[in-house]
Amino acid sequence: MAEHAHGDHGHHELPFWQKYVFSTDHKVIGIQYAVTALFFLLFGFCLMMMMRWQLAYPGQPMPWIGTLFSAVNMPEGIMVPEFYNQLGAMHGTIMVFLGVVPLAVGGFGNYVLPLQIGAPDMAFPKLNMASYWVFYVGGVIMLASFFVPEGAAQSGWTSYPPLAVIAPTGQTWWLWGMVALITSSLLGSVNFIVTTVQMRAEGLSFFRLPFFVWAQFVTAFLLLLAFPPLEAAGVMQLMDRIAGTSFFMPSGLVVTGQALDVSGGGSPLLWQHLFWFLAHPEVYVLILPAMGIVGEIVANNTRRPLWGYRTLVYSIVFLGFMSFIVWAHHMFMTGMGTTISTFFQATTMIISIPSVIILTAFALSLHGGSIRFTVPMLFCLAFIPMFAIGGLTGLPLGLTASDLHLHDTYYVIGHFHYVVAPGTIFALFAGIYYWFPKATGRMMNDALGKLHFWTSLIFMNGVFMPMMFVGMAGVSRRLYDQTQYAYGAQVQGLTAMSSWSAWLLGLAQIFFIVNFFWSMRKGKKVESDNPWQATTLEWATPTPPPHGNFKDTPRVCRGPYEYSVPGASSDFIPQHASDNGQVDQPESEPAPTPADDD
Amino acid sequence: MSVEEIPHTVEPHPITGVYNGKFGIWLFLASEVMLFGALFSTLVLLRVGAPSWPQGSELLNVPLATLNTFVLIASSVTMVMSWASLKMDNFGRFKLYLGLTVLLAFVFLVIKYFEYTHKFHLGIFPSTSTFYATYFTMTGLHGLHVVGGIIVNLYLLFPGSKLWHTAPEQFANRIECAGLYWHFVDLVWIFLFPILYLL
Repeated sequence: MAEHAHGDHGHHELPFWQKYVFSTDHKVIGIQYAVTALFFLLFGFCLMMMMRWQLAYPGQPMPWIGTLFSAVNMPEGIMVPEFYNQLGAMHGTIMVFLGVVPLAVGGFGNYVLPLQIGAPDMAFPKLNMASYWVFYVGGVIMLASFFVPEGAAQSGWTSYPPLAVIAPTGQTWWLWGMVALITSSLLGSVNFIVTTVQMRAEGLSFFRLPFFVWAQFVTAFLLLLAFPPLEAAGVMQLMDRIAGTSFFMPSGLVVTGQALDVSGGGSPLLWQHLFWFLAHPEVYVLILPAMGIVGEIVANNTRRPLWGYRTLVYSIVFLGFMSFIVWAHHMFMTGMGTTISTFFQATTMIISIPSVIILTAFALSLHGGSIRFTVPMLFCLAFIPMFAIGGLTGLPLGLTASDLHLHDTYYVIGHFHYVVAPGTIFALFAGIYYWFPKATGRMMNDALGKLHFWTSLIFMNGVFMPMMFVGMAGVSRRLYDQTQYAYGAQVQGLTAMSSWSAWLLGLAQIFFIVNFFWSMRKGKKVESDNPWQATTLEWATPTPPPHGNFKDTPRVCRGPYEYSVPGASSDFIPQHASDNGQVDQPESEPAPTPADDD
Repeated sequence: MSVEEIPHTVEPHPITGVYNGKFGIWLFLASEVMLFGALFSTLVLLRVGAPSWPQGSELLNVPLATLNTFVLIASSVTMVMSWASLKMDNFGRFKLYLGLTVLLAFVFLVIKYFEYTHKFHLGIFPSTSTFYATYFTMTGLHGLHVVGGIIVNLYLLFPGSKLWHTAPEQFANRIECAGLYWHFVDLVWIFLFPILYLL
């Protein structure tokens, strides 16, 4: 990575490919993950912007861009339904499995977690490298699937059988890609758990861990235990497609007037159970690291301890546990029976409690703080209400009665995008603005950052708020052209508004892209290793951290968020400041004074 | 980014009592439990949902599978012996026992091969029925795990064993981790055998 090149005054010189390509350094791997994931986020976003044209102006030729595609997919610039389905399925898959999770876990987790626990590297550096490259292979398979006959997977990101089993070749590629991605996340999660448990610096007890580390730790358990059932399900769907088995194919299936030549006796519902057994914990894999990032940035920018640190930790652990027993609330409409529905409705209501506790703790942390409105903080401040909208709109979906009406409508799309887009992705942007100076030694531009924030905030809401109303009007999430139905035609204006907001949101990201690359070379250089005056250990390293991270192995003497300690001369006390307040600080910062706490 | 800068730790962590590799392999096995757990759940779900389900012992070759069970259990024993030999500083015996483990794993696969090809000769494939679909998928995935174990053990037997002369403790730890994995593969078969062949 280019941004890594100029700060690395290593004592030993490794060949380029070993230093930046097949590197075992957690920081290089983290940056590799982050850059790859950002590329996929942009790519997945482009797929969606194309879909939005068809939704806003159904059946009209797409200006200019439409001419770039083959006559199979877009004859005379008009998108065919099969291509629309490919874009939809691949948008979901790419955003979740190749964008957000690799950025949140692979990127931030790899880069920040070992630094925050005072470790020289991850526990298994080679495994870490393998994790990235297997992920990369999975990404290439997914991208390549667009070029196979009849195109990429088109059965939605959920790949429900029996349609997914009889779908064209792209689905097989999707399954192989998923097998690679699952393997990658397995390698990563083993690494994260072992590193967190075994490699903490001296004195860094579990209840002194930064909240971000807790979030990553719980996330790793979700990835470790929830992904394998999907791998099993993926293997079975591959068998259904390749070997002609009937794991998910019921008896007596008739397709286009012809009885399918399968033995039958399988269960399409089984796929849904196995899929959602992964995919519900996956929702928390998307959100927990984001909460971790928000926790760090809120404490740092309010200059006061995170409110209810222990409560937050207990909540996030409980959240992780509960996320394994709510999966069937995605399946209320399948006819699995009221008893099971009631059970999952109850667990779903229970899981909302820790989420609310976490959000409330963040909101209470703001109270009475002297807030610094830095760019990362702005994104975190927006995260709190945006995630709240996402969470609260989920309640009617978790209750069986109201879900009957809302199931599979645009309301669902609006709901989970509020959680993931202005929720998680805002937190990820915050994380990029926050840790960029540590990784590159340069600050990101403030004005461009604020421009990026305000435009993104407005257009995010412009995209997803109308979807709530479109959904309540009854428009199905899979519709290619809602104007064909009277109830859909009524809300076509709102759908067009979503589309325009989405395109403007795309334009707003140019501020970020320009800022990212410009700041890498020309950004303001940081004056100290700790530009945000933060307490956690990642700021105790040289900037950018060399291989092996710390000059001297840190010894942790206190909790993670000792901001504005009464009687202290500075408003923050780093975790590694010893009891007599001595810590190797650059001259620019005053040495913290003792504070008796634990 | 050289490996020698960050030294490998062989000591158990003071709090957890295990070294990193052992902790890692246990976590990996936990995820493997979830993988096979999903497949076993599939079998249960499809079976209770089916109007009729064949008796495994009438369709599958129980004597061969019983033989295979003993072959795998024996290979688990030799795997432990190879690790114990290292702990007793007897490198020659270690090579013998690990070699035996690999050999027994091959015997398992050869027997499995005969079982499979016999079914194919009779015109029975995974697509024949849901019973055979689960049989071939589960034993096939288990077979892939056996192949994985053979590759790891062959590596540790030949090129990987050089480590013994420079870092004996690290090498013994590797054998222990490979052993844990191998016992898990054995254990999966011990569940597969009664559920598929006998029930």
